[in-house]
Amino acid sequence: MSDVRIGVYVCHCGKNIGGVINPAKVAEFASRLPNVVVSRDYMYMCSSPGQALIEDDIKKYNLNRVIVAACSPRMHEPTFQAVLKRAGLNPWLLQMVNIREHVTWVHEDTPDKAEEKAEELIAAAVARAAHLYEITTEKAPVVKSALVIGGGIAGIRAALDLANAGIKVYLVEKKQSIGGKMAQLDKTFPTLDCSKCILTPLMVDVARHPNIEIYAYSEVVDVSGSAGDFKVKVKLKPTYVDWSKCTGCGLCVEKCPGRAPSEFNEGLGFRKAIYFEFAQAVPRKPVIDPRYCLWFTKGICRVCSKVCPVGAIDYEQKERYVELNVGAIVVAIGYEIYDMSKMVEYGYGKFKNVITGLQLERLSDADGPTKGKILRLSDGKEPKTVAIVLCAGSRDEKHVKYCCRFGCAAALKHVYYIKHSVPDSKVLIFYTDVRAFGKGFEEFYQKVRSWDDVYFIRGRPAEIFEDKDGSLVFDVYDSNTGQLINVKADLVVLESAVVPPKDWEPLRRLLKVSCDPGGFALELHPKLRPFETTADGIFLAGTIQGPKDIPDTVAHAAAAAAAAIGFLLKGYVESVPYLATVNEDLCSGCGLCASVCPYDAITIEEKEGRRVAKVNMIRCKGCGACAATCPSGAMQQNYFTDTQILSEVSTLAGGAK
Amino acid sequence: MSDKVRVALYWCASCGGCEEAFVDLAEDLIKLAEKVEIVFWPVAIDMKKSDVEQLPDESIDVSFINGGIRLSEHEEMVKLLRRKSKVVVAFGSCAHLGGIPGLANLYSKDEILKYVYLEAPTVVNPEGTMPKEVVKVDGQELELPKVLRLVKALDQVIDVDYYIPGCAPPPDVVKKALDTLLSGKLPPKGSVLGASSRSLCDECDLNKTKPEKILLKDLKRVHQVKLDLSKCYLAQGVLCLGPVTRGGCGTLCIKGGMPCTGCFGPLDNVKDYGARALSYLASILDYDDEAQAEKVIEEYVADPAGWFYRYSLPKSLVRGRYQGSGGEAHG
Repeated sequence: MSDVRIGVYVCHCGKNIGGVINPAKVAEFASRLPNVVVSRDYMYMCSSPGQALIEDDIKKYNLNRVIVAACSPRMHEPTFQAVLKRAGLNPWLLQMVNIREHVTWVHEDTPDKAEEKAEELIAAAVARAAHLYEITTEKAPVVKSALVIGGGIAGIRAALDLANAGIKVYLVEKKQSIGGKMAQLDKTFPTLDCSKCILTPLMVDVARHPNIEIYAYSEVVDVSGSAGDFKVKVKLKPTYVDWSKCTGCGLCVEKCPGRAPSEFNEGLGFRKAIYFEFAQAVPRKPVIDPRYCLWFTKGICRVCSKVCPVGAIDYEQKERYVELNVGAIVVAIGYEIYDMSKMVEYGYGKFKNVITGLQLERLSDADGPTKGKILRLSDGKEPKTVAIVLCAGSRDEKHVKYCCRFGCAAALKHVYYIKHSVPDSKVLIFYTDVRAFGKGFEEFYQKVRSWDDVYFIRGRPAEIFEDKDGSLVFDVYDSNTGQLINVKADLVVLESAVVPPKDWEPLRRLLKVSCDPGGFALELHPKLRPFETTADGIFLAGTIQGPKDIPDTVAHAAAAAAAAIGFLLKGYVESVPYLATVNEDLCSGCGLCASVCPYDAITIEEKEGRRVAKVNMIRCKGCGACAATCPSGAMQQNYFTDTQILSEVSTLAGGAK
Repeated sequence: MSDKVRVALYWCASCGGCEEAFVDLAEDLIKLAEKVEIVFWPVAIDMKKSDVEQLPDESIDVSFINGGIRLSEHEEMVKLLRRKSKVVVAFGSCAHLGGIPGLANLYSKDEILKYVYLEAPTVVNPEGTMPKEVVKVDGQELELPKVLRLVKALDQVIDVDYYIPGCAPPPDVVKKALDTLLSGKLPPKGSVLGASSRSLCDECDLNKTKPEKILLKDLKRVHQVKLDLSKCYLAQGVLCLGPVTRGGCGTLCIKGGMPCTGCFGPLDNVKDYGARALSYLASILDYDDEAQAEKVIEEYVADPAGWFYRYSLPKSLVRGRYQGSGGEAHG
């Protein structure tokens, strides 16, 4: 290739590179390599004068390949690509050589060998650069609508923000009503304002918003397409009530004789077989639970059908499916509390008076099974001594390793519930650390600590036993005093660990979102991009990314919505530069590339009587799976072709000199 | 001298199938005889090395050489033929890629000789007689060719102009290759003659029966499954190497109810046939559980070298088992 004209630029990066090797010597070495027209070193290549140096050389020497030996391409590849662009060259004629992270930072002790390695890497890049070619990208329009999965506070906030920006929003909620966990809470910490009072107005806003369509009692069952143009299949589970006719009068619920344990009340108390999640449910349209409905179980009753003034009851209703076309997806499916019965030593599920913090919320709620009175479940008596156990399952090698991030503050709030309901009670809080990190949390903590008969004990209870009267006894090693304490409590509240919902894993696979060790959705960057995912067009709102309290959840959801709005209003998606390309002449249409493509970007199409692979440029994310699989070498990945890689590797294998 | 094309045919480490492939041209042989003059063909004509030595350099138009390079004798002969020929064609899988004899590269010379002369179940050798390179018979010193450390493909010993693939090359492929060579319009050096530039799937009738995605949960050997001959074998869980193998054979094995085992070798863009084959198989195995994948691979692909490098081990990147440094190991 006689027309290849390469410029090599070796950066000192101050002392980072220049303090270990001699960049001038390396540049001199590079100047003798084939096709190299000009080779220079400079103190800071990324600085304006450094960039100008390259830009001028490109014009002066008519360069058509540029090699910058400096830091990681993760750092400055875009910087130098912009230089090429300004000089009228395609940005993908740039080749970075990482002589900082890969050379000087790791071989500081052996500068001679480091220099040799830098030279070899540059020689390999020079060999590779000869095979670089211009890469162009393609743009495709974005569908200006969004899917929000999950109607808790995160989904609600994200849906409202998106809708207010003029974007059509589909909000899918698996339960009968939106509202999520926040609707189950009595109050919120640290301000102790009524949870439902601040939540329900937002639920009403969602219901009334002209840009929001709610699919309650529904589930996402399939996702195809790609960023900007997702096709989503939603299953509308049978409610056995024709919601288009139903006026939400509630007569059916009132008259229904069927009883079922109430999920909303965390299994405490009962609901009807036809039910609303809770009084302020949105949408206010009931569903029949066929597991408890007398018509479905015994073929009798049909009271709801008889009393319904509009004839909305439809026992024959089948599940239905809708196909949605959206540009972006916000995942806001929240969390679940860890199954406390897995901590056998605490006796949850075995002893009636061992409850979770969320159950305590239901007991404290005026709308709950005890009308807001905190009572023991075994005998309905007021508990006089209550033990609150923090980190129940959390920060525990055997259960959940991470912190739930709201258990401490929730426990403080729970002290308030107990003291408010049973003023002469004694509350013992067993903690590992009290993490009162949020705004106003420390003040709240100090206030609760100052109350009479509230004791903070640093230690985790050992095995809990039940007394004859339903009380609970256990030993705790108090690590502050070094003493073993024997405790007898009327009620034990477990501030339980937090895990991703059970239905997350199948959904995660549909969305092709990665997960962290705890199973939560993995964000694109833990600090800088905490609400985006590695899957373009899919954003994370709230606790599905990791445990959060309400303020953090709302902030996260608003950020996710803002990112989604930005993505949708930009109006187009651009193909990645390093996408897969097919050499149709070599392609035999064996279809293995299509089998392994995780983005459904490859189809096998009939062309001039033959089967050949075709890559959808927008869907392709440049993962390279097809290129690695292609048995005939017909599929190549831009910027990582076999020729490019092999020329680099064989130069390295053969040595630079 | 006539104006016929002067042709030589020679065999190295070969089963004889490639010689048979010429005979398989049947009636076409007669037509061929009108165009060519065979100057050297040890299997058919009684000629000696000295006859070739006496020919002027480059006086043979085309030499077809089959078999892998196993012995010092092979090396000597092919170097001689190279000198005497204008064009050298590697004929068949062994000359092309090293072939089945190339699998011997997984063993040392001593291991092979020990097994063949002492340990093989059909051997009766109570005196433990082993072959020697030099023996004295009636006071005369006789010399046998040396067994080389590694079996090589032809182009690892001499410069090769063209390749004709197959184990053995089917008559149609041979005919097409000969037509090309005799047409006088020679393709670029290094071309594989008589075959396709695409993989076997391109010409396979069953390709269109492939499902949209082939992700295998289970692998089966041919004897473990009743193959539906009208559907892609790979889709039925039988390892067919068609996707990674050069086409041109007309899917003979597949039509006969057997999956492709890869005798035509890799396509132009592929450096290492077996690595490519492994890479494609690994990509379409659909297991969440690594242990399960390992179990299936272990049971099914009990002999990975035999599966993936059946015809091409000498031409692979590893070439054979490492047998310590020194000698002509990887040279």
